[in-house]
Amino acid sequence: MADTLQFELVAPERLIFSGEVEMVVVPGAEGDFGVLPGHSLLLSTLRPGVIEIYENEKPKDRYVVAEGFAEVTGERCTVLSTEAFETGAIDRAEAEARLERAQLGLRDADGDEERAKYEREVELAELLAANVG
Amino acid sequence: MASLKDLRVRINSVRQTQKITSAMKLVAASKLRRAQEAAEAARPFSERMERMVGSLAQIMGEREDAPAMLRGTGRDETHLFVVATADRGLCGGFNSSITRATRARLKELGEQGKTTKIICVGRKGREQLRREFGAMIVDHTDGIGRSGGPSFEEADEIGRGLARRFEDGEFDTCTVVYNRFRTVMSQVVTFQQLIPFSPPEQAAAEEVEDTGGAIYEFEPDEEMILSDLLPRNLSIQIFRSLLENAASEQGARMTAMDSATRNAGEMIDKLTLHYNRTRQAQITKELIEIISGAEAL
Repeated sequence: MADTLQFELVAPERLIFSGEVEMVVVPGAEGDFGVLPGHSLLLSTLRPGVIEIYENEKPKDRYVVAEGFAEVTGERCTVLSTEAFETGAIDRAEAEARLERAQLGLRDADGDEERAKYEREVELAELLAANVG
Repeated sequence: MASLKDLRVRINSVRQTQKITSAMKLVAASKLRRAQEAAEAARPFSERMERMVGSLAQIMGEREDAPAMLRGTGRDETHLFVVATADRGLCGGFNSSITRATRARLKELGEQGKTTKIICVGRKGREQLRREFGAMIVDHTDGIGRSGGPSFEEADEIGRGLARRFEDGEFDTCTVVYNRFRTVMSQVVTFQQLIPFSPPEQAAAEEVEDTGGAIYEFEPDEEMILSDLLPRNLSIQIFRSLLENAASEQGARMTAMDSATRNAGEMIDKLTLHYNRTRQAQITKELIEIISGAEAL
């Protein structure tokens, strides 16, 4: 069995990460799960959270993702997310502004659908603010 | 015969027009490059998405309780068209080729007694369809990609709108109409069916080899994922068509402006020749007048 798997992180606008990794931890809708080579076939939805790519049993790269989907097979793991940010590239001011906007939106939200939308947005913005640099 | 002054004025005005068209051509060329890059960069997402939906569709496809968005409503009465055009003109046949194809399709369905509805994306398409099919236009969105190319949020907005309308039973099938970018010179009007989901044949064939018929685990479960995935897939397919459309628009504009610039050049040459001849004729005439005047003395 190969000791790496092909990991891809894809946002609508572009391919963010593609390469061989040893392990990756994905924030699934029902709890985080780690993916190692030879993982069984899995399709899962994601909640806003942090993806960690491991190298030498230590987290190397971290990405904040919004909701999305993960597809896992023995050889590869593909994560599709509507938004994804590398933790090193998050701008503090931007993240805070976004959080503020989201909170304002949530306060004025009208109806369940809109409220749910802003709740997710707040969650994501909080994650972004917490993972600056 | 036009006087020398008239000719000068005309030459100047054509020259001004040529300046504008050649500037527009350059702008379109640089925008085209960016639009093409954006379309390239967005391709992986929609491909992976298609693969996922494709594999789920295989599993769920035969089941009775598959979501309507995947299987269709079982009826074929109300057709919704999302017509994607540009907000601006001066791009050759870009907008009218879309509306022409749409018009033909709408007429055809109308003759079969089906109901048709239209959602217009882009100002030009609405302007062209409004007169004939004004009653069918249920919604429209303008100003897509005003800030440098369509963004996913904009596409998502449209996609969510579609999903909502579908839930409300407003239509049975949904097709997006856009110009697929083939080369700078040629764009192809494409009808892509979004609801019910039709997997692209190539991707489906790939999938069979890929999993070897193995069974996926689902978290939370098939229905939940599918009901999340399908609306998302709508958005992404729309996003892709908008990107393709943006690239096509710039391509079409570039070609149109290129030939406009060339035509202006030809016109200037012709007018200049005419101007020179007229000037020459006038000088000759004056000389003759002077000489015959001198002879008469």
